[in-house]
Amino acid sequence: MKVSAVPYVAFKAMRRNRMRTVLTALGIVIGVAAVITMVGLGQGASSEVQEQVNRLGQNVVLVFPGSRQLGGVSIGGGSANTLTIEDAHAIRDEIPEVVAASPEVRSQRVVVYGNRNWFTRIYGQSHDYLQIRQWPIESGRMYNEEDVDRAALVAVVGQTIVDELFEGSDPIGETVRVRGLPLEIIGVLAPKGMSLMGSVQDDIFIVPYTTAFQRISGRSHAMVINVQVYDQESMTIAQEKITDLLRERHRLAPYQDDDFTVQTQEDVAEAATETSRIMTVLLASIAGVSLFVGGIGIMNVMLVSVTERTREVGLRLAVGAKSPDVLLQFLIEAVVLCLLGGIGGIILGVITTELIATYAGWPALFSTEAMIVAVGVSAAVGVFFGFYPAWKASRLDPIVALRTE
Amino acid sequence: MGIVKLHKITRTYRTGTVAVDALRGIDLEIREGVFASIMGASGSGKSTLMNILGCLDQPTSGTFHLDGEDVSTFTKNRLANVRNRTIGFVFQSFHLLPRTSALENVELPLLYSDDHLSWKDIHNRAMNALEIVGLADRAKHNPNELSGGQQQRVAIARALVTEPKILLADEPTGNLDSRTSLEIIDIFQTLNREGLTILMVTHESDIARFSERIITLRDGLIISDKRVEPVQAQTALENWKEQDAVEIENEVTL
Repeated sequence: MKVSAVPYVAFKAMRRNRMRTVLTALGIVIGVAAVITMVGLGQGASSEVQEQVNRLGQNVVLVFPGSRQLGGVSIGGGSANTLTIEDAHAIRDEIPEVVAASPEVRSQRVVVYGNRNWFTRIYGQSHDYLQIRQWPIESGRMYNEEDVDRAALVAVVGQTIVDELFEGSDPIGETVRVRGLPLEIIGVLAPKGMSLMGSVQDDIFIVPYTTAFQRISGRSHAMVINVQVYDQESMTIAQEKITDLLRERHRLAPYQDDDFTVQTQEDVAEAATETSRIMTVLLASIAGVSLFVGGIGIMNVMLVSVTERTREVGLRLAVGAKSPDVLLQFLIEAVVLCLLGGIGGIILGVITTELIATYAGWPALFSTEAMIVAVGVSAAVGVFFGFYPAWKASRLDPIVALRTE
Repeated sequence: MGIVKLHKITRTYRTGTVAVDALRGIDLEIREGVFASIMGASGSGKSTLMNILGCLDQPTSGTFHLDGEDVSTFTKNRLANVRNRTIGFVFQSFHLLPRTSALENVELPLLYSDDHLSWKDIHNRAMNALEIVGLADRAKHNPNELSGGQQQRVAIARALVTEPKILLADEPTGNLDSRTSLEIIDIFQTLNREGLTILMVTHESDIARFSERIITLRDGLIISDKRVEPVQAQTALENWKEQDAVEIENEVTL
């Protein structure tokens, strides 16, 4: 048989039955689109997590207070008042690998400007907090060490505060009030987006920790100490040294557990990345199942089509088609169906991903790999599920096939 | 020299333990350029014989020489080549591919040819075949846009396109009215005059009388094999109009 005639015959047969062709391919279209959408959203989430982790800052170690025991029952990590401002200073001053340390205290307060107000989180931080977080200032300046020492009434705010309280106009030099305390806004942070846990990071109001401890929160202990280490290699050593230093400062006997926790950003990130990776795999598996179902749909339709086209096959055999010719025709039909479905699926998948990403505000990432795999899988599905019907067609007895009504 | 030579052909069908002898020893020789009819009632074995002649089926025993080759020993693939190259088929129910133009239907056997024809050759040969049956102007029409007679003519063009040695027609007029049947037979006679060997299975003696040799089967055996003077379809067609007119006249006088 003429080589170029094989695909020609298959295409002709598919064109003769447009409706059937379209409906059959639909199963694959949906399967592939599902795979691409799921993988796209999943990978988008993963990369977002990765980016978030990087945004946490470089070489950052977080020191949390230990859990408080209440009648022998732990009431949750971070609840104990074990970390002091002096601990933070000690970490910064006594450990050579540490570049900066910021004792953090948070409180939820209403911030008032003119007749507008906004309920937000107020962070008490040291002057080098932005350096730890690698968070650039967009306009104005960050408060300096001197401001911290004298508990200056100054604040640096995130983009959300600017939008909510100042309706986007320049807030620098303006004075806002927190519980009647006047605070001058001296800097605006660059927008940062969502955090790992989905909260808006730009909804932030930073004041010197001295101001926060003395005049806003009423607390005397740090909720977290943000520590920046010199470089990646020193992370483990720094963690050990911080642990030793704090145990010594807290006068813990060797049999006593730590009353604090030292975590690196990697610890936090690993958990988050793992979660999103599991989600991606899960979503892709579900999508894979729908691709498989699409394949079974193709086999079903091809089988029906072979029965329906018995006479056609009989005629082809009578005018000189050999078994392999018929086998190849039906196989090519199945594969082409799947490939068309695959291409349709990519288009639909990209559109769907784009729509979901836009309307739900989720990040999406198109991976060429996912597309190649999806199309490859759909072609394989075509061969796999198309083979049996094609083989059946090629085995027809031309006499019986011709007499079929 | 006989283009078809059957020697002691038998064909037995087995379904479970029951064996049916469809052909019980057929000896037959058909010379090149003959227009022969095979007649017989249902169950006489004429379809089985046709299947064997058409290389769609193989005999249980006996030898079958087609164009000098013993095809009873051929493999399936070689038989497919014989069907493609040496034999042209015309069926009772036309067997045209639906939603496919007449031209593409005629091209079909050439697609399965081992001759490595170019697309242009395929196209031209199909067009020539359509011209032979007088349907070149209908090349782009789908079968459902053609009358029964036209469809059968497309099927004849499809049979002729590979320039076969022998044309096998299985009840070619079975689905057509008398006049259209005559037109089809006329095409057969014209092709036969040009040298094509034609073997036609029919159960209508009216149709068989247009051939020059009538072979009659019963219970798997040839019971008669007569050479006759064929009626010319052309003449019958010319007379047809008069008969038609007579009938109408009769109706009027009645």
